[in-house]
Amino acid sequence: MTTATPSAPGAVPLQAPPETPLSRARWALADSWTVTRRYLIHWVREPAYIMWGLMYPMVSVLLFGYVFGSAMVVQGGGDYREFLLPGMFGMTMMFGIGNTMMGVTTDADKGITDRFRSMPMARSGVVVGRSVADMINSVMDLAVLVACGLVVGWRAHGSPAETLAAVGLLLLLRFAFIWVGIYVGLIMKNAESAGNFYALLFPLTMISNTFVAPEMMPGWLGAVAAWNPVSSTVTAIRELFGNPGLGGDSWLAQNAVLMAVVWPLVIVAVFLPLSVRRYRRARR
Amino acid sequence: MAQKAAAIVAEGLRKEYRQTRALDGFDLTVPEGTVCGLLGPNGAGKTTAVRILATLLEFDGGRAEVAGFDVARQAAQVRYRIGVTGQSAAVDEILTGRQNLEMFGRLYHLGAARARRRADELLELFGLAEAGSKSAKHYSGGMRRRLDLAASLIMAPQVLFLDEPTTGLDPRGRMEVWEAIRSLVAGGTTVLLTTQYLDEADRLADRIAVIDSGRVIAEGAPERLKSMIGGDRIDLVVTDAGELAGAARIVARICGAEPETRPDTRRISAPARHRVATLTETVRALGDAGIAVEDIALRRPTLDEVFLRLTGHRAETAGEGGGGADGGEPGRAAGRADRGGPERARDQTEKEMTV
Repeated sequence: MTTATPSAPGAVPLQAPPETPLSRARWALADSWTVTRRYLIHWVREPAYIMWGLMYPMVSVLLFGYVFGSAMVVQGGGDYREFLLPGMFGMTMMFGIGNTMMGVTTDADKGITDRFRSMPMARSGVVVGRSVADMINSVMDLAVLVACGLVVGWRAHGSPAETLAAVGLLLLLRFAFIWVGIYVGLIMKNAESAGNFYALLFPLTMISNTFVAPEMMPGWLGAVAAWNPVSSTVTAIRELFGNPGLGGDSWLAQNAVLMAVVWPLVIVAVFLPLSVRRYRRARR
Repeated sequence: MAQKAAAIVAEGLRKEYRQTRALDGFDLTVPEGTVCGLLGPNGAGKTTAVRILATLLEFDGGRAEVAGFDVARQAAQVRYRIGVTGQSAAVDEILTGRQNLEMFGRLYHLGAARARRRADELLELFGLAEAGSKSAKHYSGGMRRRLDLAASLIMAPQVLFLDEPTTGLDPRGRMEVWEAIRSLVAGGTTVLLTTQYLDEADRLADRIAVIDSGRVIAEGAPERLKSMIGGDRIDLVVTDAGELAGAARIVARICGAEPETRPDTRRISAPARHRVATLTETVRALGDAGIAVEDIALRRPTLDEVFLRLTGHRAETAGEGGGGADGGEPGRAAGRADRGGPERARDQTEKEMTV
């Protein structure tokens, strides 16, 4: 079967598909990097896009720290902005769902996901590449937020190890939410419905311990807020940063660090397989 | 090399979306090295067929082979040997043309240096060398489609799927893409091309398959198909409505068939079996009879006429009712604002076909 090639000059011979598990893994790694690189090029070519993303946390700190913050009193005593900032960190991680989802939906909508799927690249390459790019983006978001926090008087009072652990828990949460974003992005029909979902994210992040204690909410809402995965992470990092917290003797409050690890793992365990399955099968 | 093997085989393919049956016993065989035009209106199942054959969509029944491999069980092998362009696959709009091709080259594991070389070659080949460092979103419709095409050809695929490659393009963009496709075909690639335009299928394809409601209802060489549906037609408009009947009699004598007359537009239409001979003879006869003509032209039958002839019903265009088979992909139309409506594009085709 030697068909003449359509573009004889310089036509490329077919690459042998990888045979061994090791070479397959190498291909998957290379494909993931190529996809990550695509997003890095996006940022270089359209820096405005990423600048807007970074603006958001800055504006939030001003808005919640000063506009609402001036009327807030922390139950256990302490500065409201010291209390607030860890909440903002957690909230920004959750908003990452929206970023991931929009990117995934737009790609599917434009047909570029289909081009990837029609190619012999590693099936994992697209999603893994996407998640690496999102993690890089989140580290930048977090760095900007921390800088803003330092400006408005927030400090990490814990040991360097505790501070690092807190940052690690935040990124772990973001990593888990990437898979929620990918899954939701894949099931959305178009960018419009993805935009509607975006609006839903806001209340979801508010129904937590980010801004106020869940005990102050009506019973059922307080329960939802307490069990919100963001709440566990936020309680845990308040502890690790040595920032004023809400205290409390509920099991959730006592085991915040444990739950800040368990929650993300549960989310990944559910949404990673769902996303991969959804990606392999046809979208529509 | 006794006989040509089949590059694409589909047997009894079935695909159902929630409410509609997109493919309903779809059979098609495309011999290696030939171009098959899959012709049908919106919602007939063209895109569904291409997406299944290109391993993008699971199907509910039947069997399909592409380049000798089973589409369902050996999808990875199929993907090594195909290229997909058009409605079913696209390029990154933020990346430049060169960056797009480089990225896809890397995903074929050419390595960075070879991917870059290949990108430059393809840009040159498709007349995009100068635009290579511009974002794809600044490309014209025709340029973008050519970039799309180039991306499908990085590995010189055995089978190329072109899903409505010229839909929504202006006449110039259409010509550019046709040109590019023709040069590929000369190289011997097997091509499955979907289109809503008989004219396009006629120009590019060795064989045409007409699809309606998810199954192939007619298949054959363009010539055969055209004779089946009555071939080209002659259209003329008389200046004076009073001479319509006289002109119709002359046309009937020359064409050997009763013409259709439309008094409101003073238009007469009849099959022109001998094309230019029919045209010149008609012009001469009308001149001899002293009948003034405002417009006279040969044209291919429109898809509507083909469908009317083959199925007895007009081509149902999905979208208005929203219940068509390809209507299972609602996001697509919304995401592609650059596409003109099929009606507008069809008008352009008709204009071009006027002799």
